[in-house]
Formats: sequence, structure tokens, C-alpha cells
Amino acid sequence: MVSGVNSVVPVLCFRAAADQRMIKFVLMVNRQGQTRLSRYYQPVELSRRAALEADVVRCCLTRKKDQCSFVEYKDFKLVYRQYAALYIVVGVTDTENELSIYELVHNFVEVLDKYFSRVSELDIMFNLDRVHIILDEMIQNGHIVETNKSRILAPLTALDKMADG
Amino acid sequence: MSDVVEKTLTALPSLLSLDSQPGSAKLSSTSKLGNLIRGITELTSKHEEEKLIQRELASIKEQVSSPNTSMRQMKELMVRAIYCESLGYEASFSYIHAIKLAQQGTVLEKRVGYLAVSLFLNESHELLLLLVNTVLKDLQSTNLIEVCMALTVVSQMFPKDMIPAILPLVEEKLNHPKEIIRRKAVLALYKFYLIAPNQVQHIHNKFRKALCDKDPGVMTASLHIYLQMIQENPEGYKDLTASFVTILKQVVGGKLPMDFNYHSVPAPWLQIQLLRILSLLGKNDQSTSEIMYEVLDESLRRAEMNHNITYAILYECVKCIYTIHPKSDLLEKAAKCIGNFVLSPKINLKYLGLKALTYVVQQDPKLALQHQMTIIECLDHPDLIIKRETLELLFRITNAQNVTVIVEKMLEFLHSNTDDYTTIDLVGKVAELAEKYAPGNEWFIETMNTVFSVGGDMMQPDIPNSFLKLLSEGFDTVEEDRKLRLFAVDSYVSLLQGEPGKLPQRFLQVISWVLGEYSHLREELEPATVMRLLAKLLDMKQTSSETKSWVLLAMTKLVRAGQVFQSAQEVSETYGSSMDTVLRQRAQELQHLSQDCELRARVLPQDAGLEPLEVDSSLSFLDGFVSEALAAGAAPYKPPHQRQEELAQAKALSLEPYGLSLPISMSSCSIADRQSPTLLSMSSGLSGDSTDLSHKGSSTTLKLDGVKRVWGREGYLAQREAVEEAAQVEVPSPLRSPSQQAEADSSHSQTPTPTPTPEPDQEKQQLASSLFFGLSSQSSVCLMGKSEPTPQRFRRKAKGQASSSGAAEQISNSLVSAPSAVDNFLCNNLLDSNITSQVGISSSEQTSELSQGPATTNGTCDTEAESTDGDIKGSNPSLIIGDNGLVAADPTPHKDPGSPKDFCLSSHLPAELSELCRSEITPLCSNQSLGLSACHVHKEDSLVLVVFITNSSDAAIRQILLDLDSEQLQVSCVSDSPVEDVTSHSVAMHQFSLTVKRPSVHVEVVGMVSYQLPVGTPQEVQFSYKLPLTSFIRPLTVSTEEYGTMWLSFSHDTKQNLTLISDGEEPLTATLNVLKEKLQLHIVEIIGMEGIIACQLLRDQPCLMHCRVHADVLAVWLRSPVPDLPDCLIYHCQRALQEH
Repeated sequence: MVSGVNSVVPVLCFRAAADQRMIKFVLMVNRQGQTRLSRYYQPVELSRRAALEADVVRCCLTRKKDQCSFVEYKDFKLVYRQYAALYIVVGVTDTENELSIYELVHNFVEVLDKYFSRVSELDIMFNLDRVHIILDEMIQNGHIVETNKSRILAPLTALDKMADG
Repeated sequence: MSDVVEKTLTALPSLLSLDSQPGSAKLSSTSKLGNLIRGITELTSKHEEEKLIQRELASIKEQVSSPNTSMRQMKELMVRAIYCESLGYEASFSYIHAIKLAQQGTVLEKRVGYLAVSLFLNESHELLLLLVNTVLKDLQSTNLIEVCMALTVVSQMFPKDMIPAILPLVEEKLNHPKEIIRRKAVLALYKFYLIAPNQVQHIHNKFRKALCDKDPGVMTASLHIYLQMIQENPEGYKDLTASFVTILKQVVGGKLPMDFNYHSVPAPWLQIQLLRILSLLGKNDQSTSEIMYEVLDESLRRAEMNHNITYAILYECVKCIYTIHPKSDLLEKAAKCIGNFVLSPKINLKYLGLKALTYVVQQDPKLALQHQMTIIECLDHPDLIIKRETLELLFRITNAQNVTVIVEKMLEFLHSNTDDYTTIDLVGKVAELAEKYAPGNEWFIETMNTVFSVGGDMMQPDIPNSFLKLLSEGFDTVEEDRKLRLFAVDSYVSLLQGEPGKLPQRFLQVISWVLGEYSHLREELEPATVMRLLAKLLDMKQTSSETKSWVLLAMTKLVRAGQVFQSAQEVSETYGSSMDTVLRQRAQELQHLSQDCELRARVLPQDAGLEPLEVDSSLSFLDGFVSEALAAGAAPYKPPHQRQEELAQAKALSLEPYGLSLPISMSSCSIADRQSPTLLSMSSGLSGDSTDLSHKGSSTTLKLDGVKRVWGREGYLAQREAVEEAAQVEVPSPLRSPSQQAEADSSHSQTPTPTPTPEPDQEKQQLASSLFFGLSSQSSVCLMGKSEPTPQRFRRKAKGQASSSGAAEQISNSLVSAPSAVDNFLCNNLLDSNITSQVGISSSEQTSELSQGPATTNGTCDTEAESTDGDIKGSNPSLIIGDNGLVAADPTPHKDPGSPKDFCLSSHLPAELSELCRSEITPLCSNQSLGLSACHVHKEDSLVLVVFITNSSDAAIRQILLDLDSEQLQVSCVSDSPVEDVTSHSVAMHQFSLTVKRPSVHVEVVGMVSYQLPVGTPQEVQFSYKLPLTSFIRPLTVSTEEYGTMWLSFSHDTKQNLTLISDGEEPLTATLNVLKEKLQLHIVEIIGMEGIIACQLLRDQPCLMHCRVHADVLAVWLRSPVPDLPDCLIYHCQRALQEH
């Protein structure tokens, strides 16, 4: 194949862009394929989301328990983790450390568990706003910004207290 | 995972069926959201869901706009709207209410308002501007929770242009006593850095403070900024290495508070982040790497606990160790670590191990040897992703010895694969390996056959392109080339004799081209046979019309043999009336060329594939045509910038380098753009309607560009089924014969290889030996393709490489430059060109000079004493060369030989100016009482025009008023109190500072002097002074990086080919130096065949120039934010080179 010609300008134009490591989206879907929560860190048109989500879920549902928790999907990777009937799927770029994302998902679930004291799918469904607030504390712009459980929950508990009081 | 979570989640279905959820305060299943969700969950069809959601949205819409809705209810409504949107139903009516909620709500309501905004709007949504005030207010709030929310939303999304409005407030928060506020402020600044790095340039030292913050959370947040900055410029942050190392040491050593632990591992994600930063800093830098060896060692040691997260850290650690400057004992430990990964029974770890190995083998291919048996096992793993990752690994260790086995494995995978993306990716890799390492013609052609039939119409278009290019350009020996082509012909003929209906269109196109071009090489092959096979393709109904064009073209080439005249006629008759215009044109060409042997021989010369076609870029052969067209009333040519301006209104800035930025209006250009094999025919000499037929022979560059264009992306997913079918029946896969394998095996046995698995079976052993052949220790250094021990088979000729690299640009350049050449020609024809014989003077200049004539001689009376200062001491002659010829008129006629005195005008120049370089002093006009002369002086940051008023009368001249005006220039008077009176026989001097308002090739100042003689009425004299744009050009010193950013932000550009200067030294450098000297440009950098240059037009109007050598011309691309500047500058570059 023709190797890239050593060209000054294009190299400058596209620096770093290809190597950007990031989380593209976080999805919470149940086994029936119903989206419980979705958060995109890269703009995806609303009209394309439903199809993408259905596709992603299909990808993960067809996999067996003993198979790898990482799947190749288009030009990026999916990292998924199953909790009973609920799947949490994270779309990441190829350069991301899949295992660390896999554990991040669990950290997220543990935070939810701590907040809702024994989290269930119902908690997530009926407290969509709170789950989003928790997720916002953990991931911003596709990067992990906080993993310390008590710090993740601090703003939300403060809000709850004020709302009660 | 905690068992509790598992249990609760398992119990969920039964919970769902309950109508209400007693006991839990947070569950609001009786709420409207609860009803909605339950409703949706119970639905069975998509259609019902849609109906339900539409009803829900209607109800939300009604309520949000009602004035009685409280903020509490509004919050509830927003959550429902969020839910609807997350199911894919737009609720755009609620966006504005989300903003309102953020504005007016309290605590949780406000937070939900912000949340809804961040979910609903994208970063460029205009409604976001309405949020700015709310954010501003909340940032100033005394309620920390509100400040917190505002900072959160800012770090998620904020309009770029409004950053200055809140930046001071955010900066202030960096000193806030609460860690959470400081942390969020840092994250907000990180966001600013991402979207507008220039805005936060000044607070870099505050980032450092954040890095040293006593709170680990704030420090962690600052690492995001550092990772980003270090990625962009690792050199700038080497001094921080020790700090990062210390932080990592403390984290690893468990110095952080307990709540940072995750499953008793201290802050794992922080460790990963730090390791990434360290690997960036230590890359290719021994001394920096040395600082981190110790901590890396410790990280490896500490991460012994058997938990996923420790493996995630280890993976990052291994990557870091293999990225930085190597240290042997660390490498050893890291290698052992990878071993643990790959051998792990846990599949996720195995995957990560393979990924690590893939990364590592690029540095050390020997490592693959250690794990060869595991790799073999992974190749047959039931999980596709493991297989896929293994192939990725094999791809990295491919060499000339193991290529056949690896490619075979890849093709095997391809045959069973159903995912398009994987197919496209793998097909590209196979093609790359085949081209690089093919062991023989047969293998190469057969592998490519599989690639084409499997990759079908999905694969990257450059695969068939570069294949055809390879075939046509040939390699080192003529005989080998012939053999390869022959083999291709044979292979394709037999394919067509089989079931061509199952082949993808792209493959058929390749086949047609090859048969058309090379089937004559096989002498025993009757052209009639080939013709018949091709005709069969035309008759198949699944053949696309694009492919048919290719077939027709191939036929056109075949008719030279003569015997097939009859069938050619039949075909051309059938398609001569096709509705497809391209097809019809092909058919017409076929018809005409099959009848006219002489013409065909000129148009499609046999075996002329390698001689480059000489392109007459001036299109001089069009001269007659153009003048006729003009005479018939055709619209005259528009210069590029004018067209571009028109275009700019319609089209946004094109970021694509080398994209054609100009609309192409010339008929000759549209030929090149057609979606058909036209260019193939053009390449062989048939250049559409108007190209001079005397330029025969064909050009590889043109031809291959043509090929590229022909394969558009439009056929991307079409023909999918056909491809799959084809994949099964098609082409025998290039299996290795057992004897070959045995051969490889025996040769391998010489190299001792440690095999970790105790009892590998015979078959796997064999596979291993063939896979890892060539990875043995003695040749390990040169395995990674950097320097192959065996020469690459299909190494192209140097000529081919040079020409191919610039193919696309050459085309576009000639397209752009051609019209301007025509322009010159047109003007030369229309105006009488013998006015001046000056070389290189442009027509536009001529016209203006003509019109300028009367103005210059506006001085009323006879000339008296007027002299020019001949000496140009202290000035740089090269700067003036261009100027002299252009200033008004030739000074000599004005000079009165009988003049009594010659004032040495230059002595009147002020001291600060006389040292600088300047133009000659030129007389402007004169009469019996006074004379005017002028010169311009180049100052570093400005251009000064000096006008001398000489009183040649015996009386004093009073009330002199000098007024300058210019369309293109901004003129400002330098001296505060201009001289109004000039005594007898003396000189007064006026200085004006000039800057360019609107660039033009030459700029002109028109002036008027009014004065009062002792007797009589006030008098007036008019004059004009012309100077080239180059006087305003100054070098612009920028770095290559700055150049890169600037380049992207400039919207006006132009491209042209210039002639290279080749007197002795390296032509590019020589040419650029001439430009530098004559035009005052700054050469930023010269890399290989390219150079980048920067200059500025006074004041501060940059213009960038990118030059690249193609054959014997210099392709120049100029960009600037100023319209017209690139065009003007290119003109001066041309002149400067001509005059050289």
C-alpha cells in the first residue's frame, strides 16, 4: 500500500484527533431492549439514537456469559456488564482501557446501590434525574472525573437534604 | 459485585407487576412518570409505543406552557420529557422550559433544569446563550450547591464565545475553601481548554497550583488538563515529571484517604491516568524515563492482588514500560506480566493480554514467540473478538516469511465474518500485507482476487486503485511485470469463464481494465474470446452501468486487434442510444475508434502506460477556441478570488487539505470530474473534446487519478448479497501446500523457541512454526517492517512513488492554473500587446498604466528643473527591481538636460529613514514653479511614503496643501504640522504612512497639491504614485505548529504551479530562497519536498504559503484571511521567479 506521504500541512491539521481516548456513551438497557437511561458524550442525532441503541443491545444480548465482555462495534468498542435483567453498556474508543471501564461500570452500580440502598431497576427508572446527576458527577465530556463514592454522592445528598428541609 | 445488588435486580420483574411500591420514599411509582414507564413497559408493539408517547408529549406540552404550573410540577414534566427523548421522540418544545427551570427553580428543581438542558441541547445550540445569565448568577450565589451546579453545567457545555463573561468568576473559584468547588472549577477550565485553548492560556500557572492542591480530588481533576496539554506538547511539561512520579508513588503507597480506594486498590483510575501521562513524557526521552523506572517497578509489584482493576492498572503499566525508553529488567517483568494476562482463563484478561501484546510486539517481536502457542489457541477461540484481536496481533508481526499463513488466517476469518466494518478493515489489511510481502505473482493475484470478491463493493476504494497502479507502473524488472500481468489476465479470463455474475462490481471493473490493457500479452488468447467474455458482462442484468462503462472502454482498447470489429459495432450500436450519458459516450468512442485505426493508435497507444503525459497547463491549444467564444459574446473569465468570494457565501470553510476549493467552470475541467472511466481514456491520450491530440502517450498520474474518481463511495452497501454469495463460491483461497509448510517447519527448527504449553499437538506446532517464522532472535531488530531482511517484492519504482503522491494535487493544480493562463492570453489578445515588451508584466497592469498616463502628466507647464536621484545608496537593490518598472512612467523623458541645479533629494530624507531600504526617488510631476517627487521607505512595521516638494521658482510658495487618497490604501500623515511654505529653491518634505486596505497586485496613491504663488490665483497639481504590493510584505515569524493552526483558520486560498529554479543547488531550497529574498518572506520549515512559508501584509494580515515539488514544478498553495491577498502574492511570486 502506498504509505502516507510525508506532508507538512495535513499532519498538522489532524494532530491528536485520531488518538483521542474517550467514552462515547453510557446506556442502561433491559433485556427487552428498552432503554432505561442514555447519555451521549459525542453528539448523536436524536433520530439515530434509537437505532444505534437497538443495534448495540442486540450486539450484547447475543453474547454468552462465558464470552468476553468487550465487543467490537463499528469503529469502536462496547464494554458491557449485566446486572440481572439490566445491561449497562459503555461505548469507548479503541484506545481506551476496556477493563478499567468495565470496573467503572461496577463502581457506578455500587454508587447507585449506596444511594438507593439496594438499587433495583425500578429505582433507576423512577429516579431517572438522580441517576443522571450521579452519572454527571462521574463522567464528563467522555472522561472519568470522579470515582470516590462519597464525593460522587455529596452534591446529590446535599440537594436531597435541602429539598426535604 | 455485591450479592445484594444481584438479588434485588433479579427480583425486579415481580416488583414491576405491582401497582405501587410501598415503603420506599424514593420510589414514586404512583407518579405520572411511573405511569408512563409502566405503560411503556406493558406495550408490545412499536406502533403502540409511538401513540402513547405522542399522547404523553401532547400532555406535557400543554402543561409546560400553562402559567399555573409550579416549578415542582415543571421538574416532574422535565423528567418525563427527558424520558421521552431518551426513547427517541423529540420534545423540542420543552427546551426553553428547561432553561427557565434552571433559572427560576430552587435546588433540586434547578439541578433538574440544568440536567435537562445538558441532555437536550448540543454544544452549538443557540438556546444555550440564554443559559449564560443564569450560570453567571449562580456562580455568584452564596449557596454552594448552586455554585456547584453552575460549574457542573459549565464543564459539560458552554457557548465558546461567552467564556470571557464567566472566566474571571471561574478562576476565582480556584481559591475557594471547599474542595468540591475548586475541583469543579478546574474541570470547567478543562472544558474551556478543550473548546477554546487560547482563552485559558494565561492561567497555566494556576493549573500548576491545582496540581499541587492539598486535596487529591482537585489534583486529579487537574490531571485531565495536563494529559491533554502533554499530548499536544510533551516537551513543555518535562519538568513536571518528578511531580507526577511523586504523586503516583504516594497513591501506590496508599497515602490517599480510604474512601479513594476501590476494592482496596488505591484510586485505580487515578493511577491509570498518571501512567498515561508518564508514558507520554517518557517516550523517546531517556533522562525523563529514568525518573520513572522506580515507581513503575513499584506499580508492577503492588498490583499483585487478583482483581480486575489491578489488571487494568497493570495493562496501563506495561504499555507505559514499553512506550518509554527501555530498561531491561522492567521489560522482563512487564513481559512476564503479559504472560499472566494471556494465559489467564478469564476471557476479559486474555483479551487485554492480546491487546497489550499487540502493542508490545511493535517494540519487541520476540515476545510473540514466547506466547506463540497461546496465540495459536486464540486463533481458534470460539469468541470472535478474541480471534479478531489475535489477527490484529498477527498483522503486526507479519513478514515476508510468514505472510502466506497469516493472510490465510485472515481470509479464513473474513469468509465467516458478517460484520461490514470488520470486513472493510481486514480486507484493507490483507491487501496491505499482500502488496508488501507477496512471495510470488500467483499468490499475489489470487490473494487480491479473494480480497476483491470478499471485500466487494464495501472495501476502501484505494485498494483497487493501488492494485491497478501497481500493475500498471510495474516493478523493477520488465520481465517480472510481464509475468504478473500475464498471470492476472489468465486468472481473470478463467474467472469470467466461470460465473462472473457472482463477482462484485468493483472486481468486474478491475477485471475489465486489466483485460483491456494487458490481454494482448497472452498471444494465444484471441481478442474475440476476450471480447465475448466482456460482452457477456454487458448482458448480465446485475451489471451496473458504471461497470458497463469500464467494459466498453476495455473493448475500445481491444478493437485494435482488428478482428473483433463486428462485435464492437454491435455493442456500440446497442449502447449508442443508452439513456446513460456516460455509457452512450463510451459507446460512441468505441464506434469511432473501431472505425478509425489511425486515430485509435494515437489515442490508445499500446503499452504506453508508463510515459507521463505532458500536460499543456497553459492550455494554449485553446486559444483559438476561446477567442472565438469571446467574439461570439461568451462571458469573460473571472479570476479565482472573485469566484471564490461568490462561492464563500454558499459554502462554509473547507477544512479538507488539498480539496478543490474553487468551482470549476472550464469545460476541460469538467471532464476530469465525471463519474466514469473517462479519465482512463483521457490518460491514453483521448482527452475529451479539446485537448491537443499531439500530446499523446499517457500519464500515470492522470490515469490513476481517474481510477480513483471512478470508484465513488456510492456503491458502498449495495450488492451486499452478491458479495456474500461470491465469497463462498469464489476464487480458491491461497492455501499453503503441505510441502511448503514442511519446508517452513524445517527451517524453523533451527531457531530455539521456548514453548510454554507442555503438550501442543503436532498440527499446532506446525502452524506455530510457520506463523512465527522469521521472528527468531537473530533478525528481531529488523522485523517490524522498518528494514526488511528480504527485499519487498512489490516495491515500486521511485518514479512511481513521486508521481503517485501528488497525483490528485497535480490535477487540481493544473485545473486551477489553467484558467488564469487563459486569462493572460485573453488580455494579450484583446489589447495590443506591443505596448510593452516587458517580460511578465500582467495585462491588468498594462491597462492601468495606460489609463494612468494622462494623470501623471497632469502638471500644467513645461518641466523645469527636476531630477531624480540616481544613487540608491544603502538600499537593497533586490527590493527595488520590481518597483522601478512600475512607478508611473520612465523617469528619463522628464529629465531636463539643461536643468541648472540638481537637488540631491535623498539628502533631504530624515536620518531615521535614510538608513532604511527604499525605492528610488521618482519624479511625479512638475511645472515652472514647483516639482514633486516621491519614494517609499520600508520600515519594519510600516511603509512610509515620502513626497518632496521642490520650489524651483524664485519666490516663496505658500499655503501648500498636500492631499493623498487611495482606493486600496489607508493613508495617514506622519508629520504633525506639515510644511506649508517653501522658500525659493528649497525642498519641503511630507511623510505619509501607508497600510493596505484592500490588496491588489499594485496599489496606487492619487494626490493633489494646492498652493499659492505670491501673485495670481491658487494653483493645483495632481499626481499619482504607484507601488507594488510587495512593498507591504514583511516576513512573519511563526513556528510550524502555529502555522498549522493558522492554516486551518484561513478561508481565502489559491493554488498555482510555479517554475522551479534549478541552478546547481537543491531546487526547492533555491526557489524558496529567491522568493524569500525578493518578497521578504519567512521560510518556516522545509521538509523533504515540501516547504512552508509565512509572511504578513502590513499590518498583521498574515498569508501562508505551502509549497510542494512535483516533478519540475512547484505546486504552491496560499492561504490568508484577507481576500485577494493570495492571488496578488502568487502573481508577485511568479514575477520574482521569472526575473531571477
